[in-house]
Amino acid sequence: MSTDLTELTASQAVAAIERGETDATELFEAYRAAAQADELNAYLWVADAAPGEPPPAGAPLAGVPLAVKDLFCTEGVPSQAGSKIIEGYRPPYTATVVAKLAQAGAPLLGKTNQDEFAMGSSNENSAYGPVLNPWDRTRVPGGSSGGSAAAVAAGSAPWALGTDTGGSIRQPAALCGIVGLKPTYGAVSRYGMIAFASSLDQAGPLTRDVADAALLLRHMVGHDARDSTSVGFPGEIATPSAERLDGIRLGVPEELTGEGSGVEAGVMDAFNATLQLAQELGATVESCHLPHAPHALSAYYVLAPAEASSNLARYDGVRYGKRITGGGGLPEMYTRTRSEGFGAEVKRRIMLGTYSLSSGYYDAYYGRAQRVRTKIAEDFHAAFDAFDFVVTPTAPSVAFGLGTKTADPLAMYLNDYCTVPMSLAGIPAISIPNGLSEGLPTAFQLAGPAFSENRILDAASALQTAIGFDGSAGRTR
Amino acid sequence: MIDREQVLHVARLARLELTDDEIQRMSSELSDVLGHIEKIGELDLDGVAPTTHVVAVTNALRPDVVAPSLARDVALEQAPEVADGGFLVPSPQAG
Repeated sequence: MSTDLTELTASQAVAAIERGETDATELFEAYRAAAQADELNAYLWVADAAPGEPPPAGAPLAGVPLAVKDLFCTEGVPSQAGSKIIEGYRPPYTATVVAKLAQAGAPLLGKTNQDEFAMGSSNENSAYGPVLNPWDRTRVPGGSSGGSAAAVAAGSAPWALGTDTGGSIRQPAALCGIVGLKPTYGAVSRYGMIAFASSLDQAGPLTRDVADAALLLRHMVGHDARDSTSVGFPGEIATPSAERLDGIRLGVPEELTGEGSGVEAGVMDAFNATLQLAQELGATVESCHLPHAPHALSAYYVLAPAEASSNLARYDGVRYGKRITGGGGLPEMYTRTRSEGFGAEVKRRIMLGTYSLSSGYYDAYYGRAQRVRTKIAEDFHAAFDAFDFVVTPTAPSVAFGLGTKTADPLAMYLNDYCTVPMSLAGIPAISIPNGLSEGLPTAFQLAGPAFSENRILDAASALQTAIGFDGSAGRTR
Repeated sequence: MIDREQVLHVARLARLELTDDEIQRMSSELSDVLGHIEKIGELDLDGVAPTTHVVAVTNALRPDVVAPSLARDVALEQAPEVADGGFLVPSPQAG
């Protein structure tokens, strides 16, 4: 074939290999060259050769390579979670989901840049420098899976793995004009994911279109004895086929779209235009309420840092990573290592989490936040009695300029306003590209009840066709 | 709201040593964020059960079967310092 192999979607590439039109090694080499030529700082490591052996005959992913967020452990390959404190760490084992995908025929292409320990919404918290947005290199790609999103959007990866704790798949997908899906909590194993907030972290696909998201997710889900919080997925993730939305009831939560939501006008216009398209496809659209959603961000910024402060206690200079000594004993070594090894945002969240868990504050912060979480989940349950999906813009704005929000943590946290509620409720949500505003991608989010991924993918697929977004501009810049 | 003394207390709990600059910044940034978070204090949450986990799984059990685990030398491979088949650390008593 003379056409550029990297122009194929992953599903198209699988089909081309299966028909014998394309060779898996050639495809890998085309992407390896693209990843090595990457100028966006999207990659922290790129494979130095195509796999020595072709994918096993009949492997469903046929050898289409996969970019993987840095925080997934990959045996013998640097896995640093965007942090200096484990610079050069080469784990002795591979994350379950990466191993499953390799087994299904998606070999590791590279490790992608990210905010340190997945803490951030702009990828500016990476210890290895920010990632640039392929649509406009003066802007952020979103975060924390910013490298994965930029690589897929720019065409240096056919698809990528990310993780989402409060929006870290959906928001960068939105800002880069690609598809990102956060599965139901527990659908995918977390074994081998370097932890941020264990009750929220979930791996998911970042892809060029909805069909690719379904295909990758199909081979990700499943119970894993090594992750006691994994529950697997009932049935199989199907190939989305819906063209219409007849009888589908969409609920638009006033709390996440009305005054006070902070969604900018251009993003809102694109969102409303797609609601119109949804009605033309047969859906009904009504406003609904998630009364506790305005408190989701507050609850999240108690719970996630609290879990992080506990999870990150393991970086103490004893078993792996950096060790800074310099006189004194063991406690001094711990303190020096952590103080030099962690970046500013990670320190801020460890401090926040430690504070809210400390004696005298636990009930007022952590205990209350856990109760708010219950109310938010109940709000969604109630909404799903009347609606099939809750829909919102994914991010309140288009990609913002590098450095414009780094001085104000609270302004940065507001990026997650529309994505955090679903994370707290543990429900699945997809972000799909929704046209441009000011020449930059905007995005539409659909959330459904736990384990409704197949229905979400179907609806997203029908909307994708109606929206007709052209992502190729991101790949030529 | 979060003063220098509180910042130092929390930093000590978290085993972080902050520069004067960091202490000042942390004090104002944490105050801002906590000010926002405190809005959850306005909610009536009496009788609401806390959510620790969103999936209805209790006591995930598996058969207790002996299986190979990481070899000792592999587990030690990434350590900054090892001695006698273990992780070597500075003395807890020193300093």
